[in-house]
Amino acid sequence: MYDLIVVGGGPAGLSAACAAWDSGLRKILIVERDQELGGILNQCIHNGFGLHYFQEELTGPEYAGRFIELLGQTGVEVRLDAMVLEITPLREVHMVSRNEGYRIERAKSIVLAMGCRERTRGAIGIPGARPAGVYTAGAAQRYVNMEGWMPGRRVVILGSGDIGLIMARRMTLEGARVLACVEVMPYSGGLNRNIVQCLHDYHIPLYLSHTVTDIRGDRRVEQVVVSQVDERRNPIPGTEMIFDCDTLLLSVGLIPENELTRQAGIEMDRRTNGAVVYENMETSLPGVFACGNVCHVHDLVDFVTAESQRAGAAAARYVLDREGSPGEPLLHVKNGDGVTYTVPQRIRPGRVEKLCQLFFRVNRVCGNSEIVVSSGDTQIASFKREHLAPGEMEQIALPQVLLARAGGELTVSVREVEDT
Amino acid sequence: MYDVMIIGCGITGAAMAYELSKYELKVAVLEKENDVAEGATKANSAILHAGYDPMPGSLMARMNVRGVELARQLCRELDVPYEPIGSLVLAFCEAQRENIKELYRRGMENGVPGLQVLTGDEVRAMEPNLAQEVVCALYAPTAAICMPWEYCLALAETAVVNGVELYLEHPVTALKPTDQGWEVTAGGERFETRYVVNAAGGEAGEIHAMAAFCPFAIHPTRGEYYLMDKSEGGRVSHVIFQCPSERGKGVLVAPTVDGNLIVGPNAQAVEGEDTRNTAQGMDYVRERAAESVPSIDFRQSIRNFAGVRAVADTGDFIIGPVDGAPGFFDAAGICSPGLSAAPAVAEYLTQLMGEGGLELKKKERFQGKRSRVRFNRLTAQEKRDLVSEQPAYGRVICRCETVTEGEILAAIHSPIPPRSVDGVKRRVGAGLGRCQGGFCGPRVVELLCRELGISPGEVLQDRVGSWMLAQETKGGGRHV
Repeated sequence: MYDLIVVGGGPAGLSAACAAWDSGLRKILIVERDQELGGILNQCIHNGFGLHYFQEELTGPEYAGRFIELLGQTGVEVRLDAMVLEITPLREVHMVSRNEGYRIERAKSIVLAMGCRERTRGAIGIPGARPAGVYTAGAAQRYVNMEGWMPGRRVVILGSGDIGLIMARRMTLEGARVLACVEVMPYSGGLNRNIVQCLHDYHIPLYLSHTVTDIRGDRRVEQVVVSQVDERRNPIPGTEMIFDCDTLLLSVGLIPENELTRQAGIEMDRRTNGAVVYENMETSLPGVFACGNVCHVHDLVDFVTAESQRAGAAAARYVLDREGSPGEPLLHVKNGDGVTYTVPQRIRPGRVEKLCQLFFRVNRVCGNSEIVVSSGDTQIASFKREHLAPGEMEQIALPQVLLARAGGELTVSVREVEDT
Repeated sequence: MYDVMIIGCGITGAAMAYELSKYELKVAVLEKENDVAEGATKANSAILHAGYDPMPGSLMARMNVRGVELARQLCRELDVPYEPIGSLVLAFCEAQRENIKELYRRGMENGVPGLQVLTGDEVRAMEPNLAQEVVCALYAPTAAICMPWEYCLALAETAVVNGVELYLEHPVTALKPTDQGWEVTAGGERFETRYVVNAAGGEAGEIHAMAAFCPFAIHPTRGEYYLMDKSEGGRVSHVIFQCPSERGKGVLVAPTVDGNLIVGPNAQAVEGEDTRNTAQGMDYVRERAAESVPSIDFRQSIRNFAGVRAVADTGDFIIGPVDGAPGFFDAAGICSPGLSAAPAVAEYLTQLMGEGGLELKKKERFQGKRSRVRFNRLTAQEKRDLVSEQPAYGRVICRCETVTEGEILAAIHSPIPPRSVDGVKRRVGAGLGRCQGGFCGPRVVELLCRELGISPGEVLQDRVGSWMLAQETKGGGRHV
């Protein structure tokens, strides 16, 4: 019987396992489906990781390396090339691997850290032919950075998510011609710094409020048709631009990979596509925690680390202290005006030490704004921001003293304020 | 000299090859693409129809009813996923009640067993997610869902195991009558054969015209589909059809054998093999499907596709010998319900060829059983035993569908090895799931390279020309 089984050895799983060790757990197992630890960071060879957490600019593999090194100083067990097939409500973890065969391990606590996957062509229903040469940006990144192969020579990118932007630069540096980056929304879904460093610096045009309306080519992509869209995202006839290209990369969103979570009967949030979690990242199944991109899609890995450390420490408290009591006060966090989702969705004020970190995303670009947290008709806190965008995750810290005074529900909303 | 050459290895050609492989005959199949099932067989509703739809007395009706009867046994013997879940045809207004009755009468005449007309409430009790507007429905318990490309592959594989030769990438370019039969030119090679079977699907008209005057025309008709995530797979538990009306045959909603949901098709006349998806076609499919099952969440779509049915202008299947072309037999115009009918078409055509002089002597040793490992369908204990014996089954390559390296290796070394990443997908299901090969694609490429001794630059997505990777990066694989 393990104290803790961590499903996934990417940045979330690594941080959670290290934090659980530091908090006193000794029998910990990480199950990783790839042949090495580090998750998606291993293919993110660009820099920009760790600015918040390490105050340094690291590449993805370097960032992962820091935690793999830390893990090496603990007694955490790692099983690589091993796939978890099922998690039961009794916290039995079914896994299979070449070397260890099919095994069922039991755990006192579980951290879910499976990350996310990319939305595909099918998810957004792009019309046209279905030739080879349509890749998700992350798959293309794997081919280029891990396998050493270029998926194409003339490229159009649909979606301005961060991976798409990074791949625009990466493909350019490798000698491909990136003809355009096309975004259906009137603003980019990626970080501003990536727009500047990956598109502007390489003179790659960004077409906002545009989308791909046709893919042409019998065996391999030959052309992509791009059209402008109206406010309701419907293509405007007559605005078509035709790009001669052999590749279309898609960076149209990420979806938390929660098949195991659903199978275990854990309550899900349809806004985040992740589990509903409490302030300590615990899910509706006691002793099972979720953190990182499996819980909600993050913009920066630094925040994944911070969140996962909380999950790991909470798993340790769950095993060692058996904290909590039935009927303890509970706050439901609601999405108010301008807010797409919040994590956590539930807060038990009694378990918050000093501050409760609350992540959220906004549903539109806002200038000078006020983030308002209210309980019933009472405003309990407000925070000022100069700029808010859907592509960037927002974070506020709610003091325990304020939470203790609130009752029932908390609503987080965003209000744009007049420039003064 | 072959006894029989079959042109085309879709479901009809494969069923014919399978049927003839039971006899002491030298048989070959010529397929223009680099894999079997590359035409309509890989892009359809994946349904074995009960047989109430075709006009009584037509070949379609006979072949359909007999075909699904044969399919039940065949799918078991060949380990093809098959589930007899039954179908419902919905009527949405009183006027359509008459159509339901008409279908019932036709079905009875066609010999479809177990047909029942149900009331709206009875239907909703069976299918709680159906629209409130449904007033009655025709229930056909013998309708089934299956895995069409595995059906085709299993038939073709079994034929090959029993001695049939399969020539891939061999498009037929000429047919010339000879003293003993036919000279067939395909893929630049010349073959001699006594008999020719035309199972060329959308190109059956062209092939026929190479042998004799062609009295029929094939009108390619495109149908577009949505394939939905497994989260939508439980929306319905039967095949849900709509009553044929002035607005067309309607759009169906059905679970797939893998637990997804399939929605489609529309019907649009196209030129040749035009399998593009269109915004209008996709809108139409969504709108019509919502009339039957309003709650379908189309955000859970994982793939759109389209297939082209080879509809003959005669309104029926065209099966049999051809005037003025002795030894040349058609299996043409095999549109829907062609998947359902295939084994019956093969059985019937074989009988006709026997009457036409083909000597049919049963083989003593016919291997009629086929099976493959489906890791995700094994019990925990079976998984444990398998992996301890063969560790390659312990390495999961496709995470969405839980397909293992062992299964992929078995496919790569099977009687009809895949030549592409999609070929692997059709054989074992890797890449069929919600991430559509995003994760497993590079690993499948790696396995194909390793096992076939080829470079990643040579790996195809699907058909010839569908290259996946352009060139090595500046540093190539040296840093790896």
